[in-house]
Amino acid sequence: MMLQSKPNPPIALDELDRKIINRLQDAFPLVPNPFARVALQIGCTEQDLIDRVTRLRDQGVFTRFGPFLDAAAIGGDFCLCAMSVPTERFDEVAEFVNGHPEVAHNYERAHAFNMWFVLATETEQEIGATANAIEQETGLSVARFPKLEEYFIGFRVAA
Amino acid sequence: MSENATILDPIDRKLIEATQAGLPIAHRPYAEIARRVELTEADVIARLEQLIRCGVVRRIAAAPNHYALGMMANGMTVWDIADEFVSEIGRDVGALPFVTHCYRRPRALPAWPYNLFAMVHGTSRAEVEVKRAEISRLVNSVCRGSDILYSKRILKKTGLRLSQNGG
Repeated sequence: MMLQSKPNPPIALDELDRKIINRLQDAFPLVPNPFARVALQIGCTEQDLIDRVTRLRDQGVFTRFGPFLDAAAIGGDFCLCAMSVPTERFDEVAEFVNGHPEVAHNYERAHAFNMWFVLATETEQEIGATANAIEQETGLSVARFPKLEEYFIGFRVAA
Repeated sequence: MSENATILDPIDRKLIEATQAGLPIAHRPYAEIARRVELTEADVIARLEQLIRCGVVRRIAAAPNHYALGMMANGMTVWDIADEFVSEIGRDVGALPFVTHCYRRPRALPAWPYNLFAMVHGTSRAEVEVKRAEISRLVNSVCRGSDILYSKRILKKTGLRLSQNGG
């Protein structure tokens, strides 16, 4: 698996793109023609919205578009984990970590704990099993930071 | 299995699997999903409504890539808040408009004294620092220490997937 070496440059977005991005971050309508519904709300045609959403997805402005699951609600679990990885082993360890399908995302961060990833699994047991497997593969310890409380307000990022 | 977990019936599972790579960007997206899983469009809509009601699906939405939006800086701010105040302070911090995620997590002493995590995005580190200072003012009276961890690289980003044989 290739590591993304640096973030993509910002994409030039016009006013309508920004409206679309802001609107689509929550509550996509559950009606037969949801794009027509959203188009009406933001003042464009359905086809224009479909074309732009397709382009925004292809440009990587949207990382995903669809239903977002709550792992806990189906008996699964999320756990934030952190490792202190020696610089010279960083990419090798990232390959091991990313190779586990349970790793939903993984970030390099500027800190002694320099690798932060989230495990998302269907059962709580898989969290421990995956973290243990990563420790075995890498010989490094995996600090586990499960959420104890969530102070949840919203997901919105103003475009 | 955690408390309050919902058991997915095989049709819900199939429906979720069919939408995990993304919803079709088309005139009748739910009808396209319906064809793939051999349901009617009305069934797909009704089942997704029910999955939202019971909390299995949090929302149907687009997840923006912060970098593509010019939010080049992302800092995980972390705070060591006295346990008796952390819930109240956490709600206040989570309510700040620029905080995208806010969680209480266990400390990992001695290396890691922080129990409140709040994610902040900005177009630059300077903007993130302004936001961090705003959180700092809010928690100041009950905070014993803090740090910020800037992201340097996205190494992976996929989201939760159901395994093909799970259940």
